[in-house]
Amino acid sequence: MLEIKDLTVRYGAVTALHGVSLSVKAGEIVTLLGANGAGKTTTLRAISGLQRAVSGTVSFEGCDITRMPPHEIVRRGLGHVPEGRMIFANLTVVENLLMGAYLLGEAQAAEQRERVFQTFPRLQERQAQVAGTLSGGEQQMLAIGRALMGRPKCLLLDEPSLGIAPLLVRAIFEKIVEINHTQGITILLVEQNANLALAVAHRGCVLETGRVVLSDDSAALRANPQVKSAYLGG
Amino acid sequence: MTEFAQQLLNGLALGSIYALIALGYTMVYGVLRFINFAHSDVLMLGAFAAFYLAAATPHMAAATPLLHAGMVVLGAALICAVLGALIERLAYRPLRDRPRITVLITAIGVSLLIEYTCQHPAVFGAATRSFPQLFPQHNLTLGGLTLSSNDLAVLGITALLLALLWFVVQKTKLGVAMRAVAFNPQAASLMGVDVGRIISVTFALGSALAAVAGIAYALRAPGIEPLMGVQPGIKAFIAAVLGGIGNLPGAVLGGLLLGLIETFAGGLKQLSNYRDAIAFALLIIILILRPAGLLGREQPEKV
Repeated sequence: MLEIKDLTVRYGAVTALHGVSLSVKAGEIVTLLGANGAGKTTTLRAISGLQRAVSGTVSFEGCDITRMPPHEIVRRGLGHVPEGRMIFANLTVVENLLMGAYLLGEAQAAEQRERVFQTFPRLQERQAQVAGTLSGGEQQMLAIGRALMGRPKCLLLDEPSLGIAPLLVRAIFEKIVEINHTQGITILLVEQNANLALAVAHRGCVLETGRVVLSDDSAALRANPQVKSAYLGG
Repeated sequence: MTEFAQQLLNGLALGSIYALIALGYTMVYGVLRFINFAHSDVLMLGAFAAFYLAAATPHMAAATPLLHAGMVVLGAALICAVLGALIERLAYRPLRDRPRITVLITAIGVSLLIEYTCQHPAVFGAATRSFPQLFPQHNLTLGGLTLSSNDLAVLGITALLLALLWFVVQKTKLGVAMRAVAFNPQAASLMGVDVGRIISVTFALGSALAAVAGIAYALRAPGIEPLMGVQPGIKAFIAAVLGGIGNLPGAVLGGLLLGLIETFAGGLKQLSNYRDAIAFALLIIILILRPAGLLGREQPEKV
């Protein structure tokens, strides 16, 4: 479904990605692991068009999207829940969701909103509230819910656990599995918490300083001594 | 008392012109975080567009004056909407990823380019021309108050445009998209919003408002020339900062306040020479007390 080949990205003189290649099949959850600065977020940003690649290609459902602007990529069914959530703190919860359904018609948006409210009942309770006043966990739910509003076929999730209470992290990861299972949405998950990520993902890739150094099934990665010592805390 | 009411009315009429212009500054600042100095020239171009449109349709002016005035105002607004979007497209869009100071200096350059091109004899020429009275002139007298039909028309049109703008920004999908782009253009693009298009629309809307303001300004001081936008442009910029740059109600409040202060200061015999000084001194005091402007507020995002 998603094919990334030899992706190279530079920030000025600094090369952030040195020819990253990875693929995600339809229906999978694939996780991208790595330390701070390994290039996980940059990979996601390059896929969704927020960051221009110097070379390499990104194709989605067999179509080259490398040079497309972000709004064209979203239109094709690739959603992105970005780092730091980037919710519209000045808009209400409902307005945030409306933005997520920007490309849909009114009836479709209303229908989709009901589905999102079913997944995240908390958002329904808070629908008229200004998004900036939500708790961190609620903001993350809103960010995911907003991306789901656009009916994506594939979702890029950037560190959904960051800065959220442990109890809520568990709840959010359960939702991620649910979204994948019941709605059949393919997921590429970037996560610092490798234990949690490998527990929900089918496969994983390990990034180190802009290169993919390991790529395997989740079970194999969990058993891998290198991964154990570097990312799973012994 | 009558004197006070009279000045209040004059101040509101002048202030609503400032408000219309200030909205353009603040809208553009909202989405691109820079001051479009060429905005004051768009208002001049609006006045000239109206001037030529009116001159080209003398028969209509005689037969149906109100319809004619409406046509002229609408035509000038449309022309300026296109011009505003064009300025953004040609001058600012190529600089989208450059430092903001580059864009700011470009804006000053665009402003000077328009002003001095228009002063060329082959374009408008530098001489002041008398602006046609678009609306039939009636001075209503109401308990000692003199209400000029021009002022009433300006107030009415401004109120209508403000209501329209409020509706667009608060109630339509386009408005939500504009607010989303203002808050975070990257996040908006991830929603499928074509950010470039929203920016074009923002320039077009702001420029259309400036055109109406330019006509209203020309009606009050019935001469137009290529530098006529500078003075009201600066005042409106200040009004936008006063209200809190980037904040739409703030721009309206700032505009009305500045118009009122200026008019009341000008109305007192001893102070009339100092009216601009008084207006600016007040501005400085307000900004010392509230640096973000009257309605400006930083809304921190939780991370």
